[in-house]
Amino acid sequence: MLSAILVMAAIGLALGVILGWAEVRFKVADNPLVDKIDKILPQTQCGQCGFPGCRPYAEAIARHEADINLCPPGGEHGIRQLADLLGVEFKPLGEGRAPKPKSVAIIDENLCIGCTLCIQACPVDAIVGSSKQMHTIVADVCTGCELCLAPCPVDCIHMEVIHENVGSWKWRYPVFPIHSEPAGTA
Amino acid sequence: MTQPIYSFPGGLHPADHKAESNGRPIAAAPLVPRYQVPLRQHAGQPAKAIVHAGDTVLRGQLIAIPDGRISAAVHAPTSGRVVAVGPHPVAHPSGLADLSVVIEADGRDEAVAMMPLAWRDMDPAELREHLADMGLVGLGGAVFPSHVKLAPGPLAIDTLILNGAECEPWITCDDRLMRERAAEVMRGAEIMRHLLGARELLVGIEDNKPEAVAAMQAACAGGNARVVVVPTRYPSGGAKQLVQLLTGLEVPTGKLSTDIGIQVFNVATAYALQRAVELGEPLISRIVTVTGHVARPGNYEVRLGTPIAELIALAGGELPGASGQLIGGPLMGFDLDTPQAPVTKGVNCIIITSADLFPPRPRAMPCTRCGLCAQACPVRLQPYEMYLYARAKDLDKARAYNLADCIECGCCSYVCPSHIPLVDYYRFAKSELAAREREQHAAELARERHDFHSERLEREKREKAERLGRKASERLEAGAVAADDPEAARKKALLEAAVERARKAKEAAAPPANTDHLSPAQQAEIEAIEARRAQAGLGGGSAPAPDEQPDTVAEKT
Repeated sequence: MLSAILVMAAIGLALGVILGWAEVRFKVADNPLVDKIDKILPQTQCGQCGFPGCRPYAEAIARHEADINLCPPGGEHGIRQLADLLGVEFKPLGEGRAPKPKSVAIIDENLCIGCTLCIQACPVDAIVGSSKQMHTIVADVCTGCELCLAPCPVDCIHMEVIHENVGSWKWRYPVFPIHSEPAGTA
Repeated sequence: MTQPIYSFPGGLHPADHKAESNGRPIAAAPLVPRYQVPLRQHAGQPAKAIVHAGDTVLRGQLIAIPDGRISAAVHAPTSGRVVAVGPHPVAHPSGLADLSVVIEADGRDEAVAMMPLAWRDMDPAELREHLADMGLVGLGGAVFPSHVKLAPGPLAIDTLILNGAECEPWITCDDRLMRERAAEVMRGAEIMRHLLGARELLVGIEDNKPEAVAAMQAACAGGNARVVVVPTRYPSGGAKQLVQLLTGLEVPTGKLSTDIGIQVFNVATAYALQRAVELGEPLISRIVTVTGHVARPGNYEVRLGTPIAELIALAGGELPGASGQLIGGPLMGFDLDTPQAPVTKGVNCIIITSADLFPPRPRAMPCTRCGLCAQACPVRLQPYEMYLYARAKDLDKARAYNLADCIECGCCSYVCPSHIPLVDYYRFAKSELAAREREQHAAELARERHDFHSERLEREKREKAERLGRKASERLEAGAVAADDPEAARKKALLEAAVERARKAKEAAAPPANTDHLSPAQQAEIEAIEARRAQAGLGGGSAPAPDEQPDTVAEKT
């Protein structure tokens, strides 16, 4: 009887020690779900969701503090992927949020006074320039987040919609004209 | 020695319509007054123009350089003056305009100095360097830059296949090329073999071109290349299908033929390579079939940049009842938006359509899952499943059915008894998936840059805090020394007293030099100033300390 209790207690102790060690040894620093959510988000860092960047929004979703339909640049496809990942119902983009056509910021170089405010605002370091020198935007890495528009004291930045070209053109979804049958042939 | 012929699944036997255009020899198209040369005539990045409006150019002169690894150079098709570099119509299914160099021909057709190469004595690497700026691309339709395909990959190329199958109906440009210029084609193929170090060289030709087969066999006689006649069945001219026909090997999904040691080139590409090496002439012309509802169907050797309308006029013009133009064959081609678009490296055939030759496709009916499309598919896909998912825009599911392996040959659409334009759905789904991939790539880049940005801000903050901390501790240290060392405190007090004494002595000993012989008015003014200074607590007339100066300046700015 006593030996049985001792054996069970010893096993319990040993397993407890192993579990405790594993807890320390294999500790997951961050919630891995945040990474998965962050991977789906479009990384424009635009803040249209109300959070200061994509990662904070991902963290908020992971903590169930934010809805999945707050990201306009991610569009419907993004919401669907989030719904799939989190096992929740798909819902359309939140009130008053509509995806805008993909754009790039352009600095009017005649007006730029070289104040560097937009450089500080750019979340992806896509603006080149220095104090009292004209600034310019590296279009290839601009995410179109519009965060540089507000700080500009002379309003010399505007957004330009990226138009389709032969390289980025996509085949259209096939649609067929519906013709009414000519009279008398039916 | 006979070469065994293997088979590939599926395929079609459409009416081949080759006789309309293969009876006449290749005719050289005369010069036209104006050429539009697009900068994107190849797969990959468009070339970068190096000429401007107003420049004069010569035939064969480099006018645009490759931009990146997967790109090809563009050359002037004739001598003349560049009148514009801007968007102009191009032969593309989108109908969009693209950046082009417009050249007004001067009619003299003067050429730049062209350098023929003695390739047999040259090292392949050296020869490849010469080829990079020749503008060579695959002329079978895929327009992939040839210098990339001729570079050695991770796996040695054992077999080089020359594609002369020309399986699509109506097109006969490769047929005529092989009949008339077989020796040049084979010399080009030998250069390719030299570059790739391939052991075997096979030429695949469909059995509906007996004259081309005979000419190529004659050109191969004595050499160690072999012509393999394959049965006529669409799409035997697809690169992967031809590999399967000639070697019995199937290129695995998601891989290239080079991954199994085989490289495939079109016969026209071999011909262009021969011209580039043995004559030093860059790719500035190609052979184009003009056929269909036109007065004189045939094959024309055309300078790149020639407006298609001019070429149609050369073929006698469209016959009454023409309804449009098709670029490429009827199975894989697309409708041309405007005949003002020019002939480019990828344009192998122009078919003038009419209601009789190409009756409108009957209205699409629902899919009955009859399975005919699956039987016709040369890649053994399940077209009806891919169609359902592409139609429902469930792209991930469509991809799971190996949409990426679809070669868009059009066999499924051709056999569909419900007349569903299946390939249109696959093209839609494929380009959506490609766009999604581009976006994903952009997101990765943005994430990387944002992470770096955040880290930089964090680092700057940390460094500033450290700097301030260091300063503060230095000040503290100085104060602490004074406080707890009586000897130091005594010395400091002595020093301060000495400085004070020196200042007072200086004040007393040296009155300002220009105060002699003052008028009473000046004297009064000085006294008033001194009074103000005393009031402001400045005492003796010392200038502001030099180390204060930058701060005040800094504050002003």
